Amino acid sequence: SNPFEVKVNRQKFDILGRKTKNDVGLPGVSRSKAIKKRNQTLLKEYKEREKTNVFKDKRFGEYNTKITPEEKMIRRFALERQQNYGKKNIYNLNEDEELTHYGQSLAEIEKLNDIVDSDSDTEERGTLSAELTAAHFGGGGGLLRKKVSSEQQDEEEEKPKSRKELIKEMIAKSKQEKQERQTRRESALELTEKLDKDWKEIQTLIARKTPKSEKKDKEVEKPKPDEYDMIVRELGFEMKAKPSERLKTEEELAKEEQARLQKLEADRLRRMRGIDEQANKKRPSHMSADDLADGFILDKDDRRLLSYKDGKINIENEEEEGEEEEEEGEEEDNENEEESQEESASENEEDDAADSHSDLESDLESEEEAAGNKEEKKHKGNENESQVVEKLDPKREAAKSELPYTFAVPESYETFKSLLAGRTIEQQLIILERVQKCNHPSLAVGNKAKLEKLFGFLLEYIGELATLDLPELRTIDKLVLPLYNLCQMFPEAASDSIKFILRDAAHDLEEVIEVKGRATFPGLDTLVYLKIISLLFPTSDFWHPVVTPAFMYMSQLLTKCRITTLQDVIKGLFICCLFLEYVSLSRRFVPELINFLLGILHISLPKNQAQGYTVVHPFTPVGKNLELLFVCDKEDLKSWEKQNVPLSIVTRLKETSKTEINHIRLSCLALCFDLIKKCAALYESLPSLHEIMHPVRILLTQHVPVNEYPEKMQEWYHSALKELENKVKHYTPLICEKKKPVPLKQYTPKIVKVLEFGRKQAGSKKEQERKQLIQRHKRELKGAIREIRKDNQFLARMQLSEIMERDSARKRKVKELLGSLATQEGEWKAMKRKKLKS
Amino acid sequence: QLPTGLYKKVLVILHDSVLPYMNEPTLMMDFLTVAYGIGGAISLLALNGLFILIHQHNLEYPDFYKKLYSLLDPSIYHVKYRARFFHLTDLFLSSSHLPAYLVAAFIKRLSRLALTAPPEALLMIIPFICNLFRRHPACRVLVHRPGGPADMSEDPYVMEQEEPSESRALESSLWEIQSLQNHYHPDVAKAAAVLNQSLSEIEDDISGLLELSAYELFDKEVKKKAVDVALEFEQVRGLFGKKNDIFAEHFSLD
Repeated sequence: SNPFEVKVNRQKFDILGRKTKNDVGLPGVSRSKAIKKRNQTLLKEYKEREKTNVFKDKRFGEYNTKITPEEKMIRRFALERQQNYGKKNIYNLNEDEELTHYGQSLAEIEKLNDIVDSDSDTEERGTLSAELTAAHFGGGGGLLRKKVSSEQQDEEEEKPKSRKELIKEMIAKSKQEKQERQTRRESALELTEKLDKDWKEIQTLIARKTPKSEKKDKEVEKPKPDEYDMIVRELGFEMKAKPSERLKTEEELAKEEQARLQKLEADRLRRMRGIDEQANKKRPSHMSADDLADGFILDKDDRRLLSYKDGKINIENEEEEGEEEEEEGEEEDNENEEESQEESASENEEDDAADSHSDLESDLESEEEAAGNKEEKKHKGNENESQVVEKLDPKREAAKSELPYTFAVPESYETFKSLLAGRTIEQQLIILERVQKCNHPSLAVGNKAKLEKLFGFLLEYIGELATLDLPELRTIDKLVLPLYNLCQMFPEAASDSIKFILRDAAHDLEEVIEVKGRATFPGLDTLVYLKIISLLFPTSDFWHPVVTPAFMYMSQLLTKCRITTLQDVIKGLFICCLFLEYVSLSRRFVPELINFLLGILHISLPKNQAQGYTVVHPFTPVGKNLELLFVCDKEDLKSWEKQNVPLSIVTRLKETSKTEINHIRLSCLALCFDLIKKCAALYESLPSLHEIMHPVRILLTQHVPVNEYPEKMQEWYHSALKELENKVKHYTPLICEKKKPVPLKQYTPKIVKVLEFGRKQAGSKKEQERKQLIQRHKRELKGAIREIRKDNQFLARMQLSEIMERDSARKRKVKELLGSLATQEGEWKAMKRKKLKS
Repeated sequence: QLPTGLYKKVLVILHDSVLPYMNEPTLMMDFLTVAYGIGGAISLLALNGLFILIHQHNLEYPDFYKKLYSLLDPSIYHVKYRARFFHLTDLFLSSSHLPAYLVAAFIKRLSRLALTAPPEALLMIIPFICNLFRRHPACRVLVHRPGGPADMSEDPYVMEQEEPSESRALESSLWEIQSLQNHYHPDVAKAAAVLNQSLSEIEDDISGLLELSAYELFDKEVKKKAVDVALEFEQVRGLFGKKNDIFAEHFSLD
């Protein structure tokens, strides 16, 4: 361009590697561009600033960029025709006239043309045959001779034909050829029709077992377009026979399962040791790359195939489909059943395929798969073979017929409760399952949050069941299953809601301690929650967001809660069992547990005992409630049988008789012995096991009145004592780990990667990003201010020019007026003068 | 003499509301000595007043450390006055002129008692013991004895011995802390694992740990944000449906 229009921004120094984009500017061009743009936008706006009427463009699709212009035109034309349709135009005389050609309607000919031509060879139509070319255009002489059939060559080799003859011959030939073609086509058409008929007959017989070969068949013969289209599409969406992996043998399956479990176990051990937490944090190797982190877990349920039914996409829920199938009866049965069988088979296949890939996919998934396997199967049964199953047991059918198939996730706890109210356990389970299936997170966006809420409701419900006067523990026993499944789907939400419950419980405990100084054991619901935690989460982890607080809470319970009744003892022992279960794999040391067991032994003794041990909080060497577990009734001692302590006893102990109470006491004592034994076995590897168990051993050997106990009790006692005694004492002096030698300080230069020149490199990545953002904001702000300023200048200019224009117009008008007045005056004066003269 | 409740109340306020205003604080000597001799919580409380007398009024108390040593019993980790007691004990044991056998006996006894302590006390006592090791390097044999006898059948330390000098603490090792490395609370386990390495030179500040309560610990754990929650992989079969479930042996669901 013109060098006078170019502005060069000179650089002071040339720096290697620096990218410059602003070294040459074209001020004139950019200014004119800006003005043009403002003229188009700002000026327009300015001019229309006091106008309220708007111009509406109602042309069809004027602003729709998705439609191509041709289509737009066609649609507009169609619309126009539509509008005019029905309106009789009186001026159009030959409306009903039809154009004909050889007495045939042109429109019909057009229609037919397509069908007839569809089969005729396109090549022949398009290109000319060799003979024709030869005859018309002369062609290569050699070529002609070659093309002529050998027969003719023999006959008429020597005498060359006249041109007329040749042409005649050719015409005859072509006519013949044409006729032949026609007959061939006709026969072909006939054959196709016949094939078509045959096909229709056998179509119902052949299931789509060999989709590929069939497809070929169909491509050969062509039934009417609609039907054909449909079938082709159907086939397209049908499962293509994938090269599925061969079925695995039992052994291989077992091996795989073993490998999976081993991997999980190794994972667990790693967490238990608590090492390399960094690696732990990087565990998203767990998730597959396609995971959207939306809690979506591959489940059979949502893997429905897109299928067509009566030409429409089949979008109903499978469950509904199942119902439909029932209703539809036998007409379609033949087909449908086959179809469904096919479907289920292919689904199975697919499942298998998914299974075989599960190594690649997340562990969680495979876990879930393994977990849900049973249920899945059941569910599948519900859906695909519902007829069969339901015929098999009419009872279940009856039960099911009462339940709807789809449920909305309850929004509040009340609705949740009303959903389950009055149902049997099985029904409740089915309801829960269906709620889960119908609201799978992959089906709708909000489902995840809803199901997460469901977990909370379920927990609350379980708590409520446990606090009843007659706790429905059997129900809880069953409800744990859906709880587990939900937990597997939404670990975060589940852990949050459980943590919430724990926090509440601990808060209550703390409050009671602050007010009264001592606390009481919580209700059965809390105990059940603690037990559920051990079912849902791995308790052996070194640190776990749910389990560790649970540990803390249980420790508080065992140390802070006062033991005043037999119920307290039972609850305490329950918590001891929980502790033991929690640490059964990790073998972690729980001082509170030993203390509590010691205290239990202590309160099972008559008061006037010499002491060689010290009990700690909450037990006291002297004071009230010292003989809670002491049984002196000989009869009761004799009649005692080891029984499992029913948990509901913690709410209804008062009604039981004295003998029964004594029996429960003895059972508790036996439980205590057993726990001591288990502790001793568990802590075998602790170097100071001997010291830990010292007070317990003293109590057992010196104070417990063994001989008064019934024989069964003595067995428990002896087995505990034996476990304690036969531990070898083994002490090796401690040695510190060797210190790593501290490396000498070196003065090598620190090397920092320079990613971009001209930028400050200091600071962490986050800091840098922040700085960059600030800088960008600044730049944008400056730019915006400049633009606004320019806009204002532009507007001011426009206003000024407007005013000037107005002024000049006024001046001009005034001048005109004055001029005209002057001339008028002049004329008038002239007239006057004339009058005077004359 | 005084009823126990009143006794405790008097002793709690004695050191900062009574003693500084007395002309002749040494008059309280007999009262405090008797209180110190009673044992249990009262002894712990009397310690504070006694400390002021020893520290500022030149009271000579024979067998003070022996008495202090005998005060250590399992309840010290559970009582209300734990913070006060350990604060004072820390003061008493801060002197670098104490004989190694005495400090070793204290360390050994404290750690032996720690086997019954709740986690909040453990979190306090382990840095406490570490500090003792720092002040008295001679005691480090307790955690580092390279040339010792390979296999012992008995812990040489005698817990029942009243006299610290005869408890043979210096011949022992801190197996208790090693056991605590298996504690269920992750922080305790980590703290105990510190003794595996050689200690740093700087003492830990335990003043913040003295008042630690179980609820605070719980709160801290609950508020931790987990990046990702590990799950149990064993399929649930019911409330008591685990493998070898202890509950199934002893409890029934009725």
